[in-house]
Amino acid sequence: MARRSLEPVLWLLFSAGGVASALFVPILVLLFGLAFPLGWLSPPSYEHLYGVLRHPLTRLVLFAVCTLSLIHGAHRFRFTLYDGLQIKHLNELINLFCYGGAIVLSIWAGYLLWRLS
Amino acid sequence: MSERPAYTEYHPRWLRRQPSTYWWLERRAYLSFITRELSSIFIAWFVVYLLLLVRAVSRGDSSYQAFLAWSRHPVVLVLNVVTLLFVVFHAVTWFKLAPKAMVVHLRGKQLPAALISASNYGAWVAATALVLWLLLGG
Repeated sequence: MARRSLEPVLWLLFSAGGVASALFVPILVLLFGLAFPLGWLSPPSYEHLYGVLRHPLTRLVLFAVCTLSLIHGAHRFRFTLYDGLQIKHLNELINLFCYGGAIVLSIWAGYLLWRLS
Repeated sequence: MSERPAYTEYHPRWLRRQPSTYWWLERRAYLSFITRELSSIFIAWFVVYLLLLVRAVSRGDSSYQAFLAWSRHPVVLVLNVVTLLFVVFHAVTWFKLAPKAMVVHLRGKQLPAALISASNYGAWVAATALVLWLLLGG
């Protein structure tokens, strides 16, 4: 039997990550990266944020957003190195670095979010 | 070296122009392509930033306050401003191309591209409103 390529799965996850990051990341960066640090809005109290974060649905959505965005980023970065810098001879090393990094960070995300209950 | 036929030692070189390493500076479309590609780095940074926030919250109020203080550091702020620009660029262009990626047929007719774009932007507004309500409301 011919060996099936992993590429379609990676592209599917890439699209899912593209949607997840496009939907949720802009507002989260705007709030936690700018609005709260610069004092445009007062950040949520610890109790409020903890209450929101520990809800199973929040954790599930955050886990999906994190892992899919990471895979999306890894896939895109792989092709940035491939097309942008044209370092095609290092393909295997680049794949290992990109997807490996995404997997390690996803495991960290799972661990942190799981522990939050 | 499978490209070189075996029948002659003196096979001419293939005519293949090597694109310049800076090919993406040649046209606007290329530049916006590579800008979108680079957004991947900032998306990865943001996931790490978000996870650091989650870790701080899981450790207690003082860790959360320490995280908020750290988020006011100029380097972190600049990084997040750049991240916001890249991520918004990613989101806008992503939703703009959505009609090309998903072709929906309803009763044998293709739905107009504008409708698919609009529903994607609508989902974006809904997600944003949900986050705002969860964090600031109630």
